[in-house]
Amino acid sequence: MKPVLLIDFGSTYTKVTAVDIDGERLLGTASAYTTADADIINGLANALSVLENKTGKIEYAEKYACSSAAGGLRMAVCGLVPELTAEAARLASLGAGAKIIKIYSYQLTEDDIEEIRKAKPDIFLLAGGTDGGNTECIVHNAKALRSLPERFPVIIAGNRTAAAKCGKILNGWQVFICENVMPKFGVLNIEPAQNQIREIFLHRIIEAKGITKASKLISGIVMPTPSAVLKAVQLLAEGCGGEKGIGSLITVDVGGATTDVYSVADGAPGRINTVYKGLPEPYVKRTVEGDIGMRYSIHGIEDCFGIKRISQLSGLSENRTRELVKLLGEKTDMLPNGVPELEALDFALASLATEAAVTRHAGTVKETYSMSGLVYVQSGKDLTEVRQIVLTGGSLIHTKRTNEIAVHALYSPEQPASLRPKDASVWVDRSYILAAMGLLSEHYPKTALKIMKKEIKMDGFAK
Amino acid sequence: MRKKVLIIGVIGADVHAVGNKILYHAFTEAGFEVVNLGVMVSQEEFISAAVEAGADAIVVSSLYGQGELDCRGMREKCDEAGLRGIPLIVGGNIVIGKQAFGDVEKRFKEMGFDRVFPPGTSPETAIAEINEILNTGDRMALAK
Repeated sequence: MKPVLLIDFGSTYTKVTAVDIDGERLLGTASAYTTADADIINGLANALSVLENKTGKIEYAEKYACSSAAGGLRMAVCGLVPELTAEAARLASLGAGAKIIKIYSYQLTEDDIEEIRKAKPDIFLLAGGTDGGNTECIVHNAKALRSLPERFPVIIAGNRTAAAKCGKILNGWQVFICENVMPKFGVLNIEPAQNQIREIFLHRIIEAKGITKASKLISGIVMPTPSAVLKAVQLLAEGCGGEKGIGSLITVDVGGATTDVYSVADGAPGRINTVYKGLPEPYVKRTVEGDIGMRYSIHGIEDCFGIKRISQLSGLSENRTRELVKLLGEKTDMLPNGVPELEALDFALASLATEAAVTRHAGTVKETYSMSGLVYVQSGKDLTEVRQIVLTGGSLIHTKRTNEIAVHALYSPEQPASLRPKDASVWVDRSYILAAMGLLSEHYPKTALKIMKKEIKMDGFAK
Repeated sequence: MRKKVLIIGVIGADVHAVGNKILYHAFTEAGFEVVNLGVMVSQEEFISAAVEAGADAIVVSSLYGQGELDCRGMREKCDEAGLRGIPLIVGGNIVIGKQAFGDVEKRFKEMGFDRVFPPGTSPETAIAEINEILNTGDRMALAK
């Protein structure tokens, strides 16, 4: 037996997962509440003792960790045109597992700079201009950033003609120049910036967030948690080394404060007579809905769908729904724990969170009549042919009604323009191991894949 | 020396792709850096691309007769987006029916286009005139 420990430092929970590499199996999982950033070691110790009760004492050969503690990897990004380089910068940061605190475009104003000063991002991604294109904007923005009293790492991933100049302007800062996120018009090149984000996360952010104490105990904090999940779902979709994956997929993670959606799928227009508009989207795409969540962001779901819809889905009266929504928004640590009313409400909330987040993640198509007949104009990813949906996150893995929830991620006749899957097999991450398997895949991809295929259960079929 | 950047595309709900492809190759061959937006391009897309790519000129094509409607207000939007004075060039079958080209040209120039090309213009003619505009600065927008 070769046991490996995988740790996920969350902002509220520390989760530990033990696997046996030789036996290609899961040994056990456990989690413990973490109260403050300073207690991160205590959280880990508590989680480990819970795990030890289940598995007995284990000498681990290797330990790896990912982290979303202390607010996660907080980034601000800036581009030139909102739907072009600013969008490319956004996609780059989300795909690297960051939490985006603000997206700026065009020239940064004094108010923007004041906002950035208060927000204190962990990393700032400065983009703008295609290579050989506009230089004024990114140069202006570098100068604007220079006026800030407190410095943070800045990644310059804009017009290469201006990159060196921006670097000089920010002399004395931690500046990292990498390839343009949009070197040519309509060409997305986000990997170099993502690698840089991860590099900075590894070497600088961890220290700044007081996680170094923990990192001495383990082989290292390798990546932000969302980035680990992304690696896991990509592996699960594609397979590796002769071990088949499950194919193109969508993963939905409904949390208390945010809802994350990942898609591993091509998404190019599937039918003829389709014209694609907007930036091409990455094959592995992550989006985060900061206003959609089960507790902290419960009112975002209410704003999106209204009390009436939540009431219809939950089967509770409108008044009772309103009362409970208010209650859960205040008591954010409240779990249903078998209370039928709360279970019904959580079912409605999870369904609607899934619907909102997947709808925003997926592309859209509209019909337009041209002189030569009907044409379709698509923007974003066409996910209609995706046949697998993976559900993860507390509210989705602890319910039995996963199929009913998953239906909300699918195509619906009420919103024919939304390019969501037509029907799909539903997989549930019941043991909550996606992030851990993403971590494990860094060194043991095939083992991680085999464990996922064993542990992530196919729960049925949604149509 | 930096290549001159042209933004090209077919405006409005027009899906005529062949001429667009020919222009892309001809302009690239002639030494321009060409950003081709393809068919069904809105004014806003032309302008966003021009801002991001630091374009030297925007070349609008239209073949389906609705060009006049599609092009209206484009110069004003360019001004608004900080592209004051950028050369705007239009060509193709840009109006409905048979109209005297002199009138058509006049109307488009009043709308702020620097060069207006009738149906059947060869790429060479367009290239020569675009070069002239870019090298001599001879264009409507500056003259105004």
